[in-house]
Amino acid sequence: MSTDTILSLPDQSTARVPKLNFITKENGILSWLLTGDHKRIAILYLISLSFFFFIGGALAGLIRLELLTPQTDLMATDTYNKVFTMHGVIMIFFFLVPSVPATLGNFLIPLMIGAKDLALPKINLLSWYLYMAGGILAIYTMATGGVDTGWTFTTPLSTHYVNTNVLTTGLAAFIAGFSSIFTGLNFIVTIHKMRAPGMTWFRLPLFVWAHYAASVLMVLATPVVAIAIVLVALERTIGIGVFDPTKGGDPLLFQHLFWFYSHPAVYIMILPGMGVISEVISTFSRKRVFGYTAVAFSSVAIAVFGFFVWAHHMFIMGISNYAVLVFSLLTMLVAVPSAIKIFNWTFTLYKGSITFETPMLYAFGFMGLFTIGGMTGIFLGTSGTDIHLTETYFIVAHFHFVMVGGMLMAFLAGIHFWWPKMTGRMYPEKISQLAALITFIGFNFTFFPQFILGTLGMPRRYASYPPEFQILNVFSTAGATILGVGYLLPVLYLVWSLKYGAVAGNNPWQATGLEWQIQSPPLTENFTETPIMDHEAYDYEWLESQKAKEVASAG
Amino acid sequence: MSHISPVIWQFLVKWMTNFALFPPEASKIAPQMDALYFFIALVSLIGLTIVVLLVVSFSILYSKKRHPVAEQIEGSTLLEATWTIIPLGLFLVMFVWGALIYFRVFTPPANAMNIYVVGKQWMWKAEHPGGQHEINSLHVPTGRAVQLTLISQDVFHSFSIPAFRVKREAIPGRYTTVWFEATTPGTYHLFCTQYCGTNHSHMIGDIVVLTPEDYRKWLAESTSGASLAQNGERLFASLSCAACHNARPDARGPSLANVYGAKLPLSAGGTVIADDAYLREAILNPSQHVTQGYAPIMPTYQGQISEEGVIALVEYIKNLDSDYRIQQTMNTNDLLPGSEGKTAPAGQPAAPKGMVKQ
Repeated sequence: MSTDTILSLPDQSTARVPKLNFITKENGILSWLLTGDHKRIAILYLISLSFFFFIGGALAGLIRLELLTPQTDLMATDTYNKVFTMHGVIMIFFFLVPSVPATLGNFLIPLMIGAKDLALPKINLLSWYLYMAGGILAIYTMATGGVDTGWTFTTPLSTHYVNTNVLTTGLAAFIAGFSSIFTGLNFIVTIHKMRAPGMTWFRLPLFVWAHYAASVLMVLATPVVAIAIVLVALERTIGIGVFDPTKGGDPLLFQHLFWFYSHPAVYIMILPGMGVISEVISTFSRKRVFGYTAVAFSSVAIAVFGFFVWAHHMFIMGISNYAVLVFSLLTMLVAVPSAIKIFNWTFTLYKGSITFETPMLYAFGFMGLFTIGGMTGIFLGTSGTDIHLTETYFIVAHFHFVMVGGMLMAFLAGIHFWWPKMTGRMYPEKISQLAALITFIGFNFTFFPQFILGTLGMPRRYASYPPEFQILNVFSTAGATILGVGYLLPVLYLVWSLKYGAVAGNNPWQATGLEWQIQSPPLTENFTETPIMDHEAYDYEWLESQKAKEVASAG
Repeated sequence: MSHISPVIWQFLVKWMTNFALFPPEASKIAPQMDALYFFIALVSLIGLTIVVLLVVSFSILYSKKRHPVAEQIEGSTLLEATWTIIPLGLFLVMFVWGALIYFRVFTPPANAMNIYVVGKQWMWKAEHPGGQHEINSLHVPTGRAVQLTLISQDVFHSFSIPAFRVKREAIPGRYTTVWFEATTPGTYHLFCTQYCGTNHSHMIGDIVVLTPEDYRKWLAESTSGASLAQNGERLFASLSCAACHNARPDARGPSLANVYGAKLPLSAGGTVIADDAYLREAILNPSQHVTQGYAPIMPTYQGQISEEGVIALVEYIKNLDSDYRIQQTMNTNDLLPGSEGKTAPAGQPAAPKGMVKQ
């Protein structure tokens, strides 16, 4: 047992979760709702994000049920349209964009850089309130008739041709956007200004680098979608005609504005996940991340190039052929840093000392699924094949491989990895390994058939389809039920572990990050004395020497 | 077997024995695009296999059991350069190959037969030059380049023919084009692939590919009696366009003979090539497009002519090759329904020969 795990827990008969920590410091609901503590805000986010995830997931279940048969038999087409629209809106704006940054990022960035809190704690709380306001508005919209524009709010459909709740949904996304801007701003200021002595840029954990890159994207790209939403609202209410061709407007302008945010948004979603994977793979192979600098700069490269590829969503929309050339080329360039990361993680395993706890299993799942998601992105970035594959289920499968196979796997890897730090208790290992496996199998069953469907030409956002596509849709729906089990299990056993999990101790994984050198759960002020960083990130030899010192002084 | 749910029963019996995995290749571009598709698929498969093999073998070789102490390795510039340059090179090959196909799909040959397609919630209307109309279907011959000029009357739609591997958005207020050459007779799917509202998934139809003989037969059987240009001519007359565009020396509007494809000087300065898009704009939004030497007195026809009407007018103007033809049009009012049997040139041929150049 001791040889195939690195888990080192304190003696369970004597160990206790520390009495004084950020959770027990104050009691009462108000102490949570008015808190400035980044760790408490992270917990608030975790609870609310999970809530929205399961609403979005239930909508996904309805979509898959409808697509079980070629006819529209479960719901009418406009109900189906509302369901997939709300699935997209909730999953993107209220789960994927904030998922890792708002929970793990919020909790860990100050701990990792040796700070007491984020630079702007009240802004941090404000961003949670904005997020909740947006989220509740979105749910309210859904309850009062929904919206059927697709999450992309395409004009002129959204401005002139639907009579559903476009304005309130737009407002919900608009408000959530400010939440995201404030989070990004907070991270940037914190990472610049609040690093502990000795914590130079190249000693930062890669998790922090990834969040820094994602934060820059949040701050620079989100205002553009806010502007686009305002323009849609003005066009819809008073008909200003920016997008309306009969008034001299340009309907393609909306596409440009929307994707100028929404493509970088993809990197806002995936970069923090990549940060999680770097931490997990390093810890469970006991090795510094192979080519630390390359991985750090690849995050920055993704953020920079990510801004200049938006028009690859518009290859068949009648933009100039030469613009297509430029955007196709830039898309190829943004694929390279992702490939670099995958190979660097792979070689981090080389000559390591690998164990296979749940976070590592999720990280392996991430690597496989993200590789498929990334490579199928090349099919779409290649202008010739994009003509055939865009707007079909190939696109749907591609971005679910990246977002669900990639990001959600990374999120779950991170939640399991830092669960002992956040709660002071371990999750149950065997059942969570099983859940990771179920998720991986269910995911492939759900989304791989969709690549074939897309190649066959099945359009996305169809409530009904020609009968020869049925078998693959049946596979996909069957897979979705397995996937649903895979996502429900963690909720059950993680909640169970809050009371019955083994006491984790400070550093159950023997990881090197500063967050692991303090008690679990941490104190409200994080560090009793300001830590001094005198070694590189992922320095396992330093960790060994620390342990040796402790033993020596205790003995 | 009655206790098995009908869905599962159908699944087992019908679809397990008969389902599609790859779409038919029914156009000249399809095999070229598929070659690139399989090339990328092969590279992806090799890449994925490398990653999976490395992860699995490292996991076995360097598991904690076999390899209890990790060796710290900083990185390797050579290795990292390798996995930067090789993917980049492969991606660039795909980029160039893809761009070649992209330009082929969106650069119609000069001799292509043009068919106009109007998308609207939730149907596709095709206007053939011979005046044949179709809704939610499109008949095309094999062995001939067919160009589609697409426009939408309301929201974004997208005209997708998976068997041809072509797809193009139909955009409100703007013509887009795509072309193909069908190779295999048969009936194929037509999908709207851009989400367009409630009945998006019902905006589907059939692409019917016919041999040239069958196609000729279909054309003859489906004619509506007047070519598209003739429809345009009637509209030109009924809207009294010829009151100004009459090619007389004192005309208030410029002559439209041979205007298609010509370089026009604008009163706002600069020149413009009078293509389909320009003619459409000049009809709907004339004050923005005044030809040099003329006063901006033309009223807008925005909202007064449907997209099909504009298409008919454009097709008519396209085929105007002399001032004489315009003056003839001034008498076309007589051709309008309700005014038959006057001085009209008797017995207009159904086929547009002689009257309109093909």
